[in-house]
Amino acid sequence: MRRFPEYFTIWHIAGHYGLRLVAWLVLAFLILPILVIVPLSFNAEPFFTFTPGMLALEPEAYSLRWYQEVATDQRWTLAIRNSFLIGIAAALLATLLGTVAAVGLASPWMPFKRLITALLLSPMIVPLIIIAAGMFFFYTSFGLVGTYLGLIIAHAALGVPFVIITVTATLAGFDRSLFNAGLSLGASPVKVFWDVVIPLIRPGVISGGLFAFVTSFDEVVLVLFLAGPEQRTIPRQMFSGLREQINPTILAVATLLVVLSIALLLTLEVLRRRSERLRGTGA
Amino acid sequence: MKHRSLLLASALALGAQGAAAQDLTVTSFGGAYGAAQKEHMIDPYVAETGANILFEDYGGGVAEMKAQSESGNIQWDVVDIEVIDLERACSEGYVAVIDHSILPPGDDGTPAEEDFIPEALHECGVGNIVWSVIFAHREDAFADGGPQTIADFFDTEAFPGKRGLRKRPQVNMEWALLADGVAPEEVYELLATEEGQQRAFAKLDTIKDDIVWFDSWSQAPVLLNDGGAQMVQSANGRIYAAIEDEDAPFTMVWDGHVYDLDVWSVMNGTDQEEAALDFIKFATRTVPLSGMQDVAYGPTRRSAQALLPEEVKANLPTAHLEEGIKADGIFWADYGESLGEKFNEWLLQ
Amino acid sequence: MAEITAAPPRAARRLAPEDARNAAREVRAQRLRAFLFVTPLLAFILFAFVAPIASMLFRSAYNPTVADLVPATLEALEDWDGEARPPDAVLTRFAVDLKRLAEERTSGQLAEEVNRYLPGTSSVVKSTARSLRRADDAALAEGGANLLLEADDAWGEPGIWRALRKSGQVYTASYYLTALDLEMTRDGTIQPRDTQIYLKLYGKTLWMALIITVLTLVLGYPLAFHMAHSSTAHANFLMVFVLLPFWTSLLVRTTSWIALLQTNGVVNSTLITLGLTRDPLELLYTQFATIIAMTHILLPFMVLPLYSVMRGIDPSYMRAAMSLGSRPIPAFLRIYLPMSLPGLSAGALLVFIISVGYYITPALVGGTDGQMISNIIAFHMQQSNNWELAAALGSLLLFLIVALYWLYDRFVGAGNIKFG
Repeated sequence: MRRFPEYFTIWHIAGHYGLRLVAWLVLAFLILPILVIVPLSFNAEPFFTFTPGMLALEPEAYSLRWYQEVATDQRWTLAIRNSFLIGIAAALLATLLGTVAAVGLASPWMPFKRLITALLLSPMIVPLIIIAAGMFFFYTSFGLVGTYLGLIIAHAALGVPFVIITVTATLAGFDRSLFNAGLSLGASPVKVFWDVVIPLIRPGVISGGLFAFVTSFDEVVLVLFLAGPEQRTIPRQMFSGLREQINPTILAVATLLVVLSIALLLTLEVLRRRSERLRGTGA
Repeated sequence: MKHRSLLLASALALGAQGAAAQDLTVTSFGGAYGAAQKEHMIDPYVAETGANILFEDYGGGVAEMKAQSESGNIQWDVVDIEVIDLERACSEGYVAVIDHSILPPGDDGTPAEEDFIPEALHECGVGNIVWSVIFAHREDAFADGGPQTIADFFDTEAFPGKRGLRKRPQVNMEWALLADGVAPEEVYELLATEEGQQRAFAKLDTIKDDIVWFDSWSQAPVLLNDGGAQMVQSANGRIYAAIEDEDAPFTMVWDGHVYDLDVWSVMNGTDQEEAALDFIKFATRTVPLSGMQDVAYGPTRRSAQALLPEEVKANLPTAHLEEGIKADGIFWADYGESLGEKFNEWLLQ
Repeated sequence: MAEITAAPPRAARRLAPEDARNAAREVRAQRLRAFLFVTPLLAFILFAFVAPIASMLFRSAYNPTVADLVPATLEALEDWDGEARPPDAVLTRFAVDLKRLAEERTSGQLAEEVNRYLPGTSSVVKSTARSLRRADDAALAEGGANLLLEADDAWGEPGIWRALRKSGQVYTASYYLTALDLEMTRDGTIQPRDTQIYLKLYGKTLWMALIITVLTLVLGYPLAFHMAHSSTAHANFLMVFVLLPFWTSLLVRTTSWIALLQTNGVVNSTLITLGLTRDPLELLYTQFATIIAMTHILLPFMVLPLYSVMRGIDPSYMRAAMSLGSRPIPAFLRIYLPMSLPGLSAGALLVFIISVGYYITPALVGGTDGQMISNIIAFHMQQSNNWELAAALGSLLLFLIVALYWLYDRFVGAGNIKFG
């Protein structure tokens, strides 16, 4: 039995357990809807619901057919390839530009810092539908609509704020005298950047890159407006599937994506711990 | 290292783009119909020519074609289009004019011009199927047989329950007038007038609270199946396929059906016009067309019709012509825009 | 050492003039260097993001379509007083233009543009174009006016010509008026339109965003509180449950809600099994579905800032108050709540801003009455192809968001956003 301070009355204790109950209920609300799709994705029937057979745990009510369909349907395999291709390219672009810029923004001499920071972070705040409409109008005149390049640029712009935020946070613990020491020893700023700064802020850069990747990987509004059929991504394919024909293939893909996000979550946790160790701040 | 991976990614991106330029994008309606087209048209074509085809789904209508055309980003090459929308797509230049002399004769040797039924050779399209918009209901949802007529579909007292309708004015406006007692041959004439339109909306108002809207034909059997609606508007083939293949407890009602043709068209301005026409020539040959019987759609070539067994013919729209009306593509070319607008305002009210 | 010469300017004032100049030069060099680091990204963002937004703003007031389609007719209409039917010469010129459009297959575009100013005109233009396509060129140049009037007597009304002239204006505020449910009458006064759509939708969007914000707050506050007052290990464990949904694809979470809420879905089957209802409830494709799914999706955005603020609140304040005999609720309201306010306002504004511009979830689960303003923008972009109206609606939404962001920045500070 847990020990409570002596001034606690029975109501305090009830409140304590009540709060705990509420907290767990909210957690259940957060997590259960995501988990419910996992068993549904093994449905042997082409429906989105638990069949009586599934509830009775009959083995023949379950099957891998929807996973097979994902693996063999040309549209899904293309979408998977596109998602990784666009996500990786957009993340690299955003990380490269964002990291370099974050170094400048972290400098105490940066002019117009507030304004420029706000500008660089704004893709995160402007509703996607507005960005999508604007890009559709503007990219059309450069022939970028319906191309991989257009999508990569668009997604990189969305990923930039995350890179800025994470890298700036790592740079906050970065001792600038190291940079200046490198310069005073005669190295060029570029060399100092690659050899001194990057290794130190690497955890921040990597997690920023991961954020940028996930942003692109999960993004569907810009894809709806800017992509042609050849650039279909996983979320785009899911979106049209949910609109046009609901079948458990989507659930199979969704389950795979849940597994992927668990992997990402673990990676980020490892990175966070390493970053804290490097900066000597965390436990 | 970062440099290298970036280079790699750009190389990949460019490579992918290069490869994708060869893909022919064929857009159709998905679901059971799409599956039949894949089996009888796409797959054999790919096997014969080695072409790479991206088979896309859309929900019908001209909006997507229009957006591609007006922004100059033509992304589809071949599109399966309902004649109810074709006239408009053609007169507004979204789809290209097709020279019918390129079409091969039927397998029995009949020249194409004679082999196709007359409506099937449109200035901008080559006939694919004869199909129909019908409504269907669940057998278990109603006692004593359920709704039998379009008027029953609008009768929420005798037949309570949700009605699934495709979210567009086409067919819904026609049905509203039919249900309101307008003679089939006067429907389009009346719809061209302000009073007729108001009358149709007023009739739709009587069931508005019971309507479940959907965007794509493939959703119709799903809605009926999972109980989202007790009766749905549907392309006849979707319901037929659900009954035949999945033993779904559905009943089709042919009263007041609106029959129409579907054609293959080529997007105007595509850089793959030749490949697109080549595909259409293949897909509209006798044998591929006759494969559409899988989903109870009538082929538009007489030589293909001749291949159908009698029991299949009984389920085709052509066996029920006197119960229905023909969709009027010209009417919808003229009024699609303004009725679409009124329809959307009506939806938001 | 660079560190010393580059001391901040305030210290420089006390140095000798020469040193001060050097220091100032060094500062300028540092400023330039810092700026150079930012330049590539700035250029990229200007091209990839700022210019598109600017082009949308421009588009909302700029539409050259009609002016490009029928320049000759518009020129002829310039001298018309707008009262009676324009002279036959104008009608003939238009008939010639329209035949050309019909042959080029662009008459549909004209029909659509004019229709926006005079609903119902689209069919007049299209059917006329259809009949003029067959007309003989010479006869058209001669008696185009008559052919036009024969095709449809609507061409005898001045209203259609006013609509044509109006739609020919290249720069116009009319899309903003429409977006605000207003219209300009012939004498230039502005009045509400007959059909009120968009203001209502903006109102509904704000209202739904507010409900979602309140719901995430009601659910998120106790959870964050519980986590903040657990041991670090336990809190990290619970954090996984918050972060997993946060990291899970939006489409996946929306898919889940479809599986849960559909007619024979998990929620309905459970309710029926428990005997709480006999017939399945209509849950999916409703406003309720939009609100509950968005609450689920945005809850982590509320919990994370709340948690990081609550974690920093010293529990001894509450303990002190309670050990001095304060009741829990007053102690909470007077001490804890004010201290957690920064996290609360950050989370609430973030959730509110994100919900106002949400598109995907309402589009998939919202049915007809669960649609938000973003959905109507998408509708005008993709279905009705009224891009100018979409741009005007989008611009208004953008102004709204910028105002909210400004509030956010003022009270919370945009740089303080953290993830994980």
